[in-house]
Amino acid sequence: MNIFVCVKQVMARDSVLRLNESQTWARDDGLAFEMNEPDTFALEEALRLKERHGGQVVAVTAGPARAASTVREALAKGADRGIHVEDDRYVQADAFATARALAAAIRREPHDLILTGLQSDDAGFGQTGVVLAELLGLPHATIIMEINAAGGRLRCKRELEAGWFQTVTLPQPALLTIQSGINKVRYATLMGIKRARMKPFQRYSPDELGIEVLVQQRVRRLYQPQQAKQTEFLEGSGQEIAEQLLGKLRFEARVL
Amino acid sequence: MSVLVVTEQQGGKWHRMSFEAVAAGQEAAAALDCPLRLAVVGSGIAGLASEAASKRASEVVTLDHPALAGYSADAYAEGLRQTVRQLDPSLVLFPHTYQVRDLAPKLAASLGKVFVSDTVGMRFEEGRPVFVRQLFQGKLHGDVAVEDAPPYFASVQSGAYRADSVSEGDAAAPIRALELSLDQGNARTRAEAPYQDAKDAVDLGSADIIVSVGRGIQDPGNIPQAAKLAKALGGELAASRPICDNGWLPLDRQIGSSGQTVAPSLYLALGISGAIQHVVGMKGAKTIVAVNKDSGAPIFEIADYGIVADLFEVVPALITAIESAE
Repeated sequence: MNIFVCVKQVMARDSVLRLNESQTWARDDGLAFEMNEPDTFALEEALRLKERHGGQVVAVTAGPARAASTVREALAKGADRGIHVEDDRYVQADAFATARALAAAIRREPHDLILTGLQSDDAGFGQTGVVLAELLGLPHATIIMEINAAGGRLRCKRELEAGWFQTVTLPQPALLTIQSGINKVRYATLMGIKRARMKPFQRYSPDELGIEVLVQQRVRRLYQPQQAKQTEFLEGSGQEIAEQLLGKLRFEARVL
Repeated sequence: MSVLVVTEQQGGKWHRMSFEAVAAGQEAAAALDCPLRLAVVGSGIAGLASEAASKRASEVVTLDHPALAGYSADAYAEGLRQTVRQLDPSLVLFPHTYQVRDLAPKLAASLGKVFVSDTVGMRFEEGRPVFVRQLFQGKLHGDVAVEDAPPYFASVQSGAYRADSVSEGDAAAPIRALELSLDQGNARTRAEAPYQDAKDAVDLGSADIIVSVGRGIQDPGNIPQAAKLAKALGGELAASRPICDNGWLPLDRQIGSSGQTVAPSLYLALGISGAIQHVVGMKGAKTIVAVNKDSGAPIFEIADYGIVADLFEVVPALITAIESAE
């Protein structure tokens, strides 16, 4: 099975964000970057499907030069090949622009299954996979918790709201967006990291793929959210905080 | 110029967020001084359509077709594509449900349009919408504009608009059934009936006090501390999604969009950052206490009492203080 898994590089969790000059994104300098956590589950699922059914796993990203390290991480964990559509404008691209890049890279190769994470930890569009499926003319299913592939068809467990699920079936080739927590992700081994350096890694500019980087959904300004409530902050030692809090819960909020 | 709100129903029952989207649509239509249409999608939906017609709107349109009896992305996208072509709305609003996450990006992309997902507010500048979205997991908000011609497609986040603020109409809105040309049986992705894995063993919805843990708990070995605090307060222990994903607590203790929705008197959030998927499940709590090392964690936006500290200092101190008071 030719499995493509789309990964995005994002700022490391718990990064302290500082705004850029135009106040439209967070500044890059001094930050650590990592694979978008929801995408790590998609990658793991791709690797497991390959182990079960054979074939290859190709990790694809659209991002700036630094995003190459995230593709390398996928290779170190077991992906066979990497594809990087490189352009700085993908840092602030909308889901449609990113999907256009991924589609252009994937379209030129045989593909049986495409996996993406559910959403990104930075922009949080939660739709790149679905747009990608539409651009490639593929059926899709979202928020998938379990995949069974047999006879060119996929039978999947899809999560619904509030603890409900449903079984969906669809013909391959297809695209699935993977729910976080579907599996336990593996770590890259030292051997894997060494091997990754030898694996094929294709870099394209948008030009080479014959696409434009057309960003139509633009962040004009980022700002701190307004407080929904007037939060009273308690300070002091652990003991002082505990006593203050219990007092407030008993006599002010009257919930104890 | 007109606004179209696509409501959601399943098996003849409204999705609870449908009328939040209607509230957003009424606000948008008022700001733009233009007609508002409400779309009801399904098969055999006359009853729901007349219910929708009681709301203040110019018209209720129905996409009533056997091919739309159950949800499929292919049939629903085709039905709505035909609807958008017939009605030519300038703004199309959806509630940001799981179904919309599956459907709306496909619909918009098939028309060559971007879809602005999960918005929490909007305003208009010369008739063009500027949406507010949460970015970086809620740490920042962004004003987002679409640089393209209408129609604009967007979904509204759970709780961003209030269903109880929907205005009733002076008279019932006219109802019109749209002519659709849909083939039955063409949908590629097919869904079976929904099911629950196991009956919720713990009904967190009836708990009056909930102590909830997030990533900040760091290690499964620290869960018993939180459990002890929950017990000392006479409450239940719950968690955010990553904790249950890791298997540190069972899924039936998960609070949030994919877990349970609760509204206890007291919600004590330990090491929970406050990602929106969690917040939608607990923001109805009467009193919210948040303990987090990161003063920038979005959970503090909705907390009544905030404690920027190491939870491993605060929790034992709380347990001691409660026990010594008894």
